[in-house]
Amino acid sequence: INHIVHNGGLYKRPFNEAFEETPMLVAVLTYVGYGVLTLFGYLRDFMRQWKIEKCQNATEREEQKDFVPLYQDFENFYNRNLYMRIRDSWNRPICSVPGAKVDMMERVSHDYNWTFTYTGRVIKDIINMGSYNYLGFAQNAGACQEAAAKVLSQYGAGVCSTRQEMGNLDKHEELEKLVARFLGVESAMAYGMGFATNSMNIPALVGKGCLILSDELNHASLVLGARLSGATIRIFKHNNMQSLEKLLKDAIVHGQPRTRRPWKKILILVEGIYSMEGSIVRLPEVIALKKKYKSYLYLDEAHSIGALGPSGRGVVEYFGLSPEDVDVMMGTFTKSFGAAGGYIGGKKELIDYLRTYSHSAAYATSMSPPVVEQIITSVKCIMGEDGTTVGKARVQQLAENTRYFRRRLKEMGFIIYGNEDSPVVPLMLYMPAKIGAFGREMLKRNIGVVVVGFPATPIIESRARFCLSAAHTKEMLDTALKEINEVGDLLQLKYSRHRLVPLLDRPFDETTYEETED
Amino acid sequence: QEKEELIEEWQPEPLVPPVPKDHPALNYNIVSGPPTHIITVNGKECINFASFNFLGLLNNEKVKSAAQASLKKYGVGTCGPRGFYGTFDVHLELEERLAKFMRTEEAIIYSYGFATIASAIPAYSKRGDIVFVDEAACFAIQKGLQASRSNIKLFKHNDMADLERLLKEQETEDQKNPRKARVTRRFIVVEGLYMNTGDICPLPELIKLKYKYKVRIFLEESLSFGVLGEHGRGITEHFGINIDDIDLISANMENSLASIGGFCCGRSFIIDHQRLSGQGYCFSASLPPLLAAAAIEALNIMEDNPDIFQTLRAKCEQIHKALQGISGLKVVGESFSPALHLQLEESCGSRENDVKLLKRVVDYCMNSGIALTQARYLEKEEKCLPPPSIRVVITVEQTEQELDKAASLLKEAAQSVLN
Repeated sequence: INHIVHNGGLYKRPFNEAFEETPMLVAVLTYVGYGVLTLFGYLRDFMRQWKIEKCQNATEREEQKDFVPLYQDFENFYNRNLYMRIRDSWNRPICSVPGAKVDMMERVSHDYNWTFTYTGRVIKDIINMGSYNYLGFAQNAGACQEAAAKVLSQYGAGVCSTRQEMGNLDKHEELEKLVARFLGVESAMAYGMGFATNSMNIPALVGKGCLILSDELNHASLVLGARLSGATIRIFKHNNMQSLEKLLKDAIVHGQPRTRRPWKKILILVEGIYSMEGSIVRLPEVIALKKKYKSYLYLDEAHSIGALGPSGRGVVEYFGLSPEDVDVMMGTFTKSFGAAGGYIGGKKELIDYLRTYSHSAAYATSMSPPVVEQIITSVKCIMGEDGTTVGKARVQQLAENTRYFRRRLKEMGFIIYGNEDSPVVPLMLYMPAKIGAFGREMLKRNIGVVVVGFPATPIIESRARFCLSAAHTKEMLDTALKEINEVGDLLQLKYSRHRLVPLLDRPFDETTYEETED
Repeated sequence: QEKEELIEEWQPEPLVPPVPKDHPALNYNIVSGPPTHIITVNGKECINFASFNFLGLLNNEKVKSAAQASLKKYGVGTCGPRGFYGTFDVHLELEERLAKFMRTEEAIIYSYGFATIASAIPAYSKRGDIVFVDEAACFAIQKGLQASRSNIKLFKHNDMADLERLLKEQETEDQKNPRKARVTRRFIVVEGLYMNTGDICPLPELIKLKYKYKVRIFLEESLSFGVLGEHGRGITEHFGINIDDIDLISANMENSLASIGGFCCGRSFIIDHQRLSGQGYCFSASLPPLLAAAAIEALNIMEDNPDIFQTLRAKCEQIHKALQGISGLKVVGESFSPALHLQLEESCGSRENDVKLLKRVVDYCMNSGIALTQARYLEKEEKCLPPPSIRVVITVEQTEQELDKAASLLKEAAQSVLN
């Protein structure tokens, strides 16, 4: 179901997003799979309760046995019986730079994943398709690392004070001016943690009597920030502009639920790229709606800053729009810049207000100086201000890698969600057993992937998620694709019913027309 | 048609109200260079009495070289949360070392100090549970409680009688509805050394109340970790209490350990739950390895030099005595607390004017070479807003002369500004 140019020419380029429907047989088999696991879960719990099987969970202290139990038994049912069986696919410890290739510490379990022991060996050179390293700035050598090392020896690692007290270093001011210039906004403010940027600033912007319209699949930090603010929250279907317009109309016409008074403000919360779906927000339509209904837009570019757009300025540049249309541009430095932290950019009044009233500015320690330096160097590199074209080359390499990888996977017959241009590639697995199997088989073949299941995704739509990077060379991608192909055949993952015709990689040749003239 | 008119007429408020240019919290102090013992604030060189660098580890060469080695090996960022290739061997090592140092079974690390307690509380306490919390609890605890949606009962600061009264009331409620009482969890949240008042909590009485009324205790030790106790293990060591009696200890590494981030420690039964349900742990990138390496080295230094805690406490006593008797300002805090408050003895009517007056005292001191700051709060967001005050922080690096100089300068400033 492809949507190409429509809506009065708001889109300057084709918007190709697809979410192929789950085949009916696969859905049924997945439910059966979960049913079997649940039955076995009840059986094991029964056996553990009657001491037929040894209980390997940690337990409450003897002295506190008559306190109210801390966890309800049912809460942990999923954890004990389903998650435990495949938990070796997560929390894998690594011991090198999280670049395109990574070294992993080998660990084994002799009691079905209840405990792990480290053998001491290191598995070297695993192709890393799980770290959020879009522009390849996770490096331990090069200009960024040298600058960070110099700042570390000069300033130290910590700051020990908040921004409003004694923690505002000259480095922070430099960073904020640079970020504002990079985004094309009037001013910006940086925070120490991306999650906290959302959860501490949304409550400062909206409060009781305001309305928040949030996308179905928003990240936990946006949901937490919205809940902490005390405003009314209404959810619209994922990336569905009709649903959003309906909610906006209803809100303005009917006002607040019981008192019928008009809302003070309406804030729309969307993300640039949704990391579980790989979809890109329909920004031109959202901005058109926002202007028509006089509401405010909060855009979370955690995954899209640096990864989209011809010069890496994010989803606003990708659509060719002006950053002035977005009221609050938020993003993180963890993904494309190889550092940690978050930022908010916007008009000067907005940032002045946040400097005074943000929870993070008053109570949380400011960012660590070497991390700030890493961001400064990497932003300058992307903008080309360090005198090289490395930044531009990386942005282009990422776009090429994305298109190539997605096309090849679709040709092989996997179901891939999301937009053609998003570097986050979810590959559908559906069945619970395949989650564990995919993770383990790929590791055997020296490729590290991320698999996700319930509760991060709907229960039958578990998936493997690949994060492409500018540091991946074509050889690495080809190796990975070959292995994915093998594992796909082994586990029967090629569910797609729309076979793509492979593109003929021949350049246009005029002689073909000459032949048919006769 | 009517709908179109309504849409046309509706005018929202501006996204943010304008902030007056001279708002006290708007103009930050700019620190050029590292915020160590001698600090350059707004161009002037001063002695630092405002950063929480209690053990002086911010500028320590060993800590910096450990961080450099880590930077050379791992780069800066971790590019992922703990679940997806963001777990490094340094994180595992730091967790083991913290658990061993605090003599608990397990520890868990967060990448941001504020998020530590604000994610830990909602992981255990849900809607319908009851939390008894001190009035002077810091903002991070308040946010954690708000996110948990539990019933919150405030008791007067350090008043055990008030707490017992609330617990008795809850007991009578329970007897009316025993079925509900059997599934309602109860918690007490206290801080070891309160940031807002500089007092310590009476932990032995709390333990007695815990077993009498069957309530679990969460202890927040951000200021007391690395300060109290013979080896710096915090308030449990200070009072000689068995650490297993406290269900969860949470602290941030941004004060004594001079790094970034926070940790929780306790029994595996309790800590392991946060690995799947702590929001700040699962949905956020992990701590940069160079900061974890700095924290490990700082722990090494703490373990090798256990006499710095005694030195720090002696300095605190000294300045506490020296600051008594300043006309117009009173000292708030225990004599061995390294973070004191200086409040106005008599308020001049409105909070705004008090803040302006204190600002003049702070400016006088800054111009003469002692860097101080006012304690900053979000006035509209705090549940029980403390009165405006000047924060005085004592570190191990300050010499006796510097402490005397600070005390006499504050006396002078109070004389000239307040009289």
